[in-house]
Amino acid sequence: MSLWEYANPVKFLGLSARVQPYLWAAAAICVSVGLTWGFFGTPEDFRQGSTVKIIYLHVPAALMAINAWFMMLVASLIWLIRRHHVSALAAKAAAPVGMTMTVIALVTGAIWGQPMWGTWWAWDPRLTSFLILFLFYLGYIALWEAVDDPDTAADLTSVLCLVGSVFAVLSRYAVRFWNQGLHQGTSVPVATGGRTVADVFFYPLLVSMIGFGLLFLALVLYRTGTEIRLRRTRALLARQGRDA
Amino acid sequence: MIALLRRDLMLAFRAGGGFGLGLAFFLIVTILVPFSVGPQSDLLGTIAPGVLWLGALLACLLSLDRLLALDFEDGTLDLLATAPLPLEAALSVKALSHWLTTGLPLVLAAPVLGVMLNLAPSGFVWLVSSLAVGTPALSVIGTFGAALTVGIKRGGLLMSLLVLPLYVPTLIFGAEVARRGAQGLDPVTSLLLLGGITCATIALMPFASAAVLRMTLR
Repeated sequence: MSLWEYANPVKFLGLSARVQPYLWAAAAICVSVGLTWGFFGTPEDFRQGSTVKIIYLHVPAALMAINAWFMMLVASLIWLIRRHHVSALAAKAAAPVGMTMTVIALVTGAIWGQPMWGTWWAWDPRLTSFLILFLFYLGYIALWEAVDDPDTAADLTSVLCLVGSVFAVLSRYAVRFWNQGLHQGTSVPVATGGRTVADVFFYPLLVSMIGFGLLFLALVLYRTGTEIRLRRTRALLARQGRDA
Repeated sequence: MIALLRRDLMLAFRAGGGFGLGLAFFLIVTILVPFSVGPQSDLLGTIAPGVLWLGALLACLLSLDRLLALDFEDGTLDLLATAPLPLEAALSVKALSHWLTTGLPLVLAAPVLGVMLNLAPSGFVWLVSSLAVGTPALSVIGTFGAALTVGIKRGGLLMSLLVLPLYVPTLIFGAEVARRGAQGLDPVTSLLLLGGITCATIALMPFASAAVLRMTLR
């Protein structure tokens, strides 16, 4: 019994079909509990008023936007090293989800920034890094669409993902060098184990983050299944066309 | 390698193959800037380093799809891929010839255009050195983009979409050197970081470019 067994599409689809109902249910519960608790069950911040509540959308979306790219990076590496098709298709499936998360983070940030910073957009390092991340997602998806041969497309996008990761990290630090920030520091600094958010805000945020993570997982499994079936359909159609 | 370099340079110079095209584009962009922002000389002086860097970057980008596309169409790339010379080396030479025909003329033309944009006198040395250090990185990264999209029909726009985000760090540090130089601040840190990016991309990107080119040619 090893993880690589699930590189077999049949096994993968079987497992994903069994797991998905639970994942969807857990994601729905966590997201709705997190958001309801966050929106209605927490006090207003004494300086930010009710605008603080957008954090329950903004932070989890931003978290998943970065982690989605990271997952694509791992999946691309697995494809390049072990040539498992499921892995390449999972990376393909994750990209639009990650891009949506990036857009949610950017849009909610702008909505929050307008009353708080007095501007929809500032060329702050974090905002700019996210915009660059958005461009990387866009390029990645466009490359998938542009190449006809699926294996070549998987190869090319995998390398793009690797190179893009290096440049995304580089851009992050370059951007910080270029302009000092307006954005506040991280809400949940994992490295130090500390916390810059009070407990009342933190627990609903945590639930919401877990919910977004589960939602991402469920969406990726679902979309990967779709991609696998799409490829099977194409193979069937090609066979029919050849026989006829 | 030298034969390949000579061939590429000769093609660029003789057959109307893009030599001077990037330069002309750079010239026109820079001349258009005062029309769009107005002729106030202090404003032009402030934005001159950024405008010159952006112009140089776009001029590099413009000439990228000629870098491999013609060789791909007539089969030269297939020969290069099977030649005893490693594909990594061949692509490095391609990037070098792209830099010699596009980057180097831009570096040489930049001071003249700097005068037209009223760049501060202290900025000229730093503008030229930042372009000289930074444009090789643009060529090498661009070669990767060209290799990535060479098999795609009408891939020019896609290549811009893929390459432009990769240009961000180079542009930031390059324009920072020129800006700080023009304002009389110390630009050495940015210049060293820019040099670091250039060295790293020259060392590593040919491997990525050759890898994707092999995938396309397979």
